[in-house]
Amino acid sequence: MSLLEVTDLRVSFNTADGVVHAVRGMSFSVDRGRTLGIVGESGSGKSVSTQTLMRLTPGARIGGRALFEGQDLLTMSDRRMRQVRGAEIAMIFQDPLSSLHPLYKVGRQIEEMIKAHDAGASKEQARKRAVEMLGLVGIPRPDRRVDDYPHQFSGGMRQRAMIAMALALNPKLIIADEPTTALDATVQAQILDLMRRLQREFDTALIMITHDLGVIADMADDVLVMYGGHPVEEAGRRDLYYRAHHPYTKGLLESVPSAAGTGDRLKAIAGQPPSLINLPSGCVFHPRCPFVHDRCRTEDPPLDAVGGAALSPGTAHRSACWLPHDITGLGEDADRARAAAAERGRAGGPGTGATKGGAA
Amino acid sequence: MTAGTAGLHAAAERETLVSVQGVVKHFPIKQGIVFKKEVARVHAVDGVDLEVRSGETVGIVGESGSGKSTLARCVTGLHPVTSGRILFEGTDITKLSGAGLKAFRKDVQMIFQDPYGSLNPRRRVGSIIGDPFAIHGLASGAERKKRVQELMELVGLNPEHYNRFPAEFSGGQRQRIGVARALAVRPKLIVCDEPVSALDVSIQAQVINLLKDLQREFGLTYIFIAHDLSVVRYVSDRVGVMYLGRIGEAAAAGDLYERPRHPYSAALLSAASIADPDEAERAERIVLIGDVPSPIDPPSGCRFHPRCPKAEERCTVDEPELEVKEGDAADHLTACHFPVEPGENLAREHAGIRQESTEPELPEVEQ
Repeated sequence: MSLLEVTDLRVSFNTADGVVHAVRGMSFSVDRGRTLGIVGESGSGKSVSTQTLMRLTPGARIGGRALFEGQDLLTMSDRRMRQVRGAEIAMIFQDPLSSLHPLYKVGRQIEEMIKAHDAGASKEQARKRAVEMLGLVGIPRPDRRVDDYPHQFSGGMRQRAMIAMALALNPKLIIADEPTTALDATVQAQILDLMRRLQREFDTALIMITHDLGVIADMADDVLVMYGGHPVEEAGRRDLYYRAHHPYTKGLLESVPSAAGTGDRLKAIAGQPPSLINLPSGCVFHPRCPFVHDRCRTEDPPLDAVGGAALSPGTAHRSACWLPHDITGLGEDADRARAAAAERGRAGGPGTGATKGGAA
Repeated sequence: MTAGTAGLHAAAERETLVSVQGVVKHFPIKQGIVFKKEVARVHAVDGVDLEVRSGETVGIVGESGSGKSTLARCVTGLHPVTSGRILFEGTDITKLSGAGLKAFRKDVQMIFQDPYGSLNPRRRVGSIIGDPFAIHGLASGAERKKRVQELMELVGLNPEHYNRFPAEFSGGQRQRIGVARALAVRPKLIVCDEPVSALDVSIQAQVINLLKDLQREFGLTYIFIAHDLSVVRYVSDRVGVMYLGRIGEAAAAGDLYERPRHPYSAALLSAASIADPDEAERAERIVLIGDVPSPIDPPSGCRFHPRCPKAEERCTVDEPELEVKEGDAADHLTACHFPVEPGENLAREHAGIRQESTEPELPEVEQ
């Protein structure tokens, strides 16, 4: 059994404009010592899903199961949830300035969290632990900086302090929601390096949410690509980058300007992300997909196994797309095969041509 | 002479459009209620020289606090400079006022980072894009509407959306509105301050393609400011790397990315995330220690010395000049006493001076 097993998570919100279907069926699992990367653009449901696991989305309609060491996070009592939050599952947020209280000293905020979970800890013990934690995350002279206010810390140091807070109780799982998006490149490299070293040291499970494919390539073992509220592709890291199946994953990878070449034009994905109130029929990606065919407009494709030899054994490679599941990767050959399959799907109507396992 | 060779000649002898000479911009920090006394200064831009030739894209990269946005605002005349000169087609714009300033502003436009904050939410898109026509008295009435709709079509917006409000557009579309507004007066120079960093990856590519297409069509000159190194490399002919108000290195884009000479450029390039797992694993990261120091009290000597893996005593007192280093192209300038040699591994270098460490203190915690 995995440390965290999420099955068919669904989250929706009632708003004045209609029901927002933020997460529409998401399943994943993560183990100690592993990093699960969740990538997606704004509105793909990547943050809402993990906030829901921490029960931070009041007012939402929630479905599915999320077993953490066999207990369902979605139905456990508030009292038990308070014990889990922070002590067993910790979160690191994007904006370290707004996640620290501006009027309390950094050290005190870490102490408070230690004492909330360990009533037996004395003030001195908690403070000693706070200093240790700040040293652990590389804050120079932690015995002095522990008495600083958040505004006296730089952006990178604040994020280090947030990581210190997350690690203070030695959690089994850390959820990091865009932990480096607000940081500069050289500071981002420091923080990622730090997170990697600490994860190895403490054998923590890590869920890394980001829109940055570079961060995922660097950090994740397994990857989930979110679009329109559900995963469209899941794979081991190398499979995702070298054997992408879903046209959205392919589009994302191709739209990143590569550091190696200047090329002529970037391959942009046409159109805009979907509205989560009025979702497109069939496959959510079909209005933007270059390989759209008849079936995509009416039937929502299930997440099914992708064929071929996996590059990262042990992790399932699945994709939610009606294109034949043996066409993978970037490059012109794969694109020609995709286009041919889509063409057959357009001419032949549903059930012929572009079905799973069809000739490539 | 055929059109093709004429084009080549033009490229070889591109004229200088903007020449930034020793520009300094300090912001005073004042304290006191009645008598405001200057207590300190933010050294946002501290002596920058930069040439921008007609038709090219000059990229400026740097982290927050490096002064790149302040420099952009000085070039567009939005900030008066503390000292130094900015020549635009030979005229010093820092001394312009009245009609001269207005004429200059017609030639230089800006695209801002935040597509939400830079458009008035209570005005219709048509009138936002039409503003430059009104200000410069170029078109009015039906003529203005026609030209606005042409612009909207040019940047890939539906001209029928003329009467919509900014809130009815997505982030990428709003950035297109900003581009249309900048283009309205047919400027010679467009300063793009982080034009795509607020956008999702797939939309970023759309806007970058649009900017490149417009440059080709209208022969625009861009100053392109960003913190994303891969985007800057993709759009720029030449790139300047800024650190704490100064340019540390400037070179042709390909040259800089392949042969960075300044340790900061090398670290910045190695820190950029690579969207390719095997390359990311192979890449040797230079993880710098510490954060960017405060521009209120910049370090003595070379400003990078407290974080530099190659720093020596000399770097703490002697400020290096921006100059061509041995073996480099004539347009490759570096401000460093100990430039990175090709093939040198910075990740294994150790500074010859004491620096404040941000290494994790792992052994202290017993689990």
